[in-house]
Amino acid sequence: MSTRIFISRDAGALALGAEDIARKIADTAEEKGLDIEIVRPGSRGMFWLEPLVEVERPEGRIGYGPVQLDDVDGLFDANFLEGGDHKLNLGLTEEIPFFKNQTRLTFARVGIVDPRSIEDYKATRGYEGLRKAIDMGPEEIVEAVTKSGLRGRGGAGFPTGIKWRTVNQASAPQKYIVCNADEGDSGTFADRMLMEGDPFMLIEGMTIAGIAVGATKGYIYIRSEYPHAIEAMNAAILKAREEGTLGDNILGSPYSYDMEVRVGAGAYVCGEETSLLDSLEGKRGEVRAKPPLPAHIGLFGKPTVINNVLSLGAVPHILADGAEYYQEFGEGKSRGTLPIQLAGNVKFGGVYETAFGVTLGELVNEIGGGTRSGRPVRAVQVGGPLGAYFPPTLFDTPFGYEDFAAKDGLIGHGGVVVFDDTVDMAKMARFAMEFCAVESCGKCTPCRIGSSRGMELMDKIVANEDRAANLIVLEDLCNTMKFGSLCALGGFTPYPVMSALTHFPEDFGADPSRLEAAE
Amino acid sequence: MHNYEPFEADRAAEIIAKHQAREGATLPILHDMQETFGHIPDAAVVMIAEALNLSRAEVHGTVTFYHDFRKEVPGRRVLKICRAESCQAAGGDAIADRMEKRLGVELGGTTTDRRVTVEAVYCLGLCHSSPTAMLDEKVYALLDEEKADALCAEAER
Ligand SMILES: Cc1cc2nc3c(=O)[nH]c(=O)nc-3n(C[C@H](O)[C@H](O)[C@H](O)COP(=O)(O)O)c2cc1C
Ligand code: SF4
Ligand code: FES
Repeated sequence: MSTRIFISRDAGALALGAEDIARKIADTAEEKGLDIEIVRPGSRGMFWLEPLVEVERPEGRIGYGPVQLDDVDGLFDANFLEGGDHKLNLGLTEEIPFFKNQTRLTFARVGIVDPRSIEDYKATRGYEGLRKAIDMGPEEIVEAVTKSGLRGRGGAGFPTGIKWRTVNQASAPQKYIVCNADEGDSGTFADRMLMEGDPFMLIEGMTIAGIAVGATKGYIYIRSEYPHAIEAMNAAILKAREEGTLGDNILGSPYSYDMEVRVGAGAYVCGEETSLLDSLEGKRGEVRAKPPLPAHIGLFGKPTVINNVLSLGAVPHILADGAEYYQEFGEGKSRGTLPIQLAGNVKFGGVYETAFGVTLGELVNEIGGGTRSGRPVRAVQVGGPLGAYFPPTLFDTPFGYEDFAAKDGLIGHGGVVVFDDTVDMAKMARFAMEFCAVESCGKCTPCRIGSSRGMELMDKIVANEDRAANLIVLEDLCNTMKFGSLCALGGFTPYPVMSALTHFPEDFGADPSRLEAAE
Repeated sequence: MHNYEPFEADRAAEIIAKHQAREGATLPILHDMQETFGHIPDAAVVMIAEALNLSRAEVHGTVTFYHDFRKEVPGRRVLKICRAESCQAAGGDAIADRMEKRLGVELGGTTTDRRVTVEAVYCLGLCHSSPTAMLDEKVYALLDEEKADALCAEAER
């Protein structure tokens, strides 16, 4: 029997050389006449160990990593096909603390199954949620999702069940499910990993949403920067159609649902839900005024559920194991688990799915291992380019929607970007304004003009031109942007700017007591 | 590496026909056009507007809104260097500078021999292993000086 070897096809693993490693292992095995089968799953999410090579043994998968090309001969010499000793031998992958200590509900299959194999999917409890959903019917599905406490993972944290109920109750000849896979936030990659590593589950989640609200058509809008995810989703959709889990009368039920991939075109603002809908319609991705909500007047004017990848990805599990089980995880009004993404200058970069409530300090210092540079952590940006910068003095903040809001921050899509003590926070504040200026959809003045003004002000402050006065103008400008912008691009850019100024005034040449005095 | 076709109205009409019946066909058509011709020629905008019953201004507005759509054919290869926060946190500024100098071109430009177009990108979703870049559709992570130099050499080949 051939030995099964697992080498990830996740874009992150490929970016670290997994393709070359897979080829070299295949070639070497052939030369040596060894019978192996190479499977290409998603990634386990421990990227400091990628390219990770896992060998299937009776006791489980033995990991070796990070494997470089010139390690391959040594691995064969060490008889790695039988789990032999080698300096890169990590033991059983699932026993590595970073992996073992997670609560993998949404990421249960990622890094384990072959994402191109619907058989693998079915063999690992795939479609259990969908079968239950078909038996339950729309009302009960909505009820379950509401009871689970699931909140939107795209950033705003809106209760998913309530959104679904609104669309369920709307009457219209056509409704849509839209999956938001625009994942533009720096420091986030969980959507990408899920699409690449478990695409059938996302399709299943969208199908359940379709049944719940009476939508027969879905779109997944994937950013163009994600060619591997686009390929994975397209391949999975074709297989699901062949299998009868997409299309008419799904699994022999009265329900029909089909979907397709649409590709974005490099606009960050198109992650905002109404801008995304306009983009899907073929227009400029300008933000729409709300109301009307997309749930009432959405894609092509029809009632539309728009949810993030991780929100829809949580659904099959919620249906399969029950709402009670899911909502037992977490704290306060933040229920269930969140795949947190550790990024930036961090030693152990990757995805860490855990119940809400873990503190920022545990994430950065313990789970993430501190900085990769080995220097002290100075700041952490949580929640993407619109998220606040937190200093280590706020590391006791638990990961939860309300906990972060209470500290003038947000968890957004769960990205945590670590900076060491070489960071210049005035530069980061300027970058936030610049990013807003470049990506603004242009619809409202505080965002479009304000962000350019903000860049100029930052330049003056850094150059020590009228610093004290300009800092006051900057604060005023942030207030105008915060309260006068139509969407969170203009409205939340003040978060990174003001948090940088509040927590790191010395980088702005400001007197640290200035802000206290102003209060 | 892409081998773009010179613009031809017949070929453009073929692309339009392929997608025309889809809901919200504009973006799929534009992507397909750009993949074929390397950019979105003005003549294509006119054809798309006619086929989809839209005004020229509307289609033009769409094309110019998105960073992806080009007015001109890019270099033989396109190198996108991530300039977003996570990559900045992990030494990406110095790496980007180094690559710009080595290739003799600034972000947003094309080398004079038209071999490489270099662009900034804001996150490739590989921030677990910043700094990162993408050459055509191939991705690179944990860039250090040595890897950045090798990547530049690969781009120039
Ligand atoms: C500028 C901007 C960018 C956004 N980008 C994304 C994104 O990339 N992915 C996403 O799911 N939500 C994004 N959102 C949030 C969406 O508007 C929306 O809240 C979300 O898609 C709803 O899905 P959820 O309830 O499942 O989170 C963005 C919002 C703004 C204002
Ligand atoms: S805040 Fe900015 S991005 Fe949002 S609608 Fe206004 S101009 Fe557009
Ligand atoms: S910030 Fe560079 S890959 Fe995400």
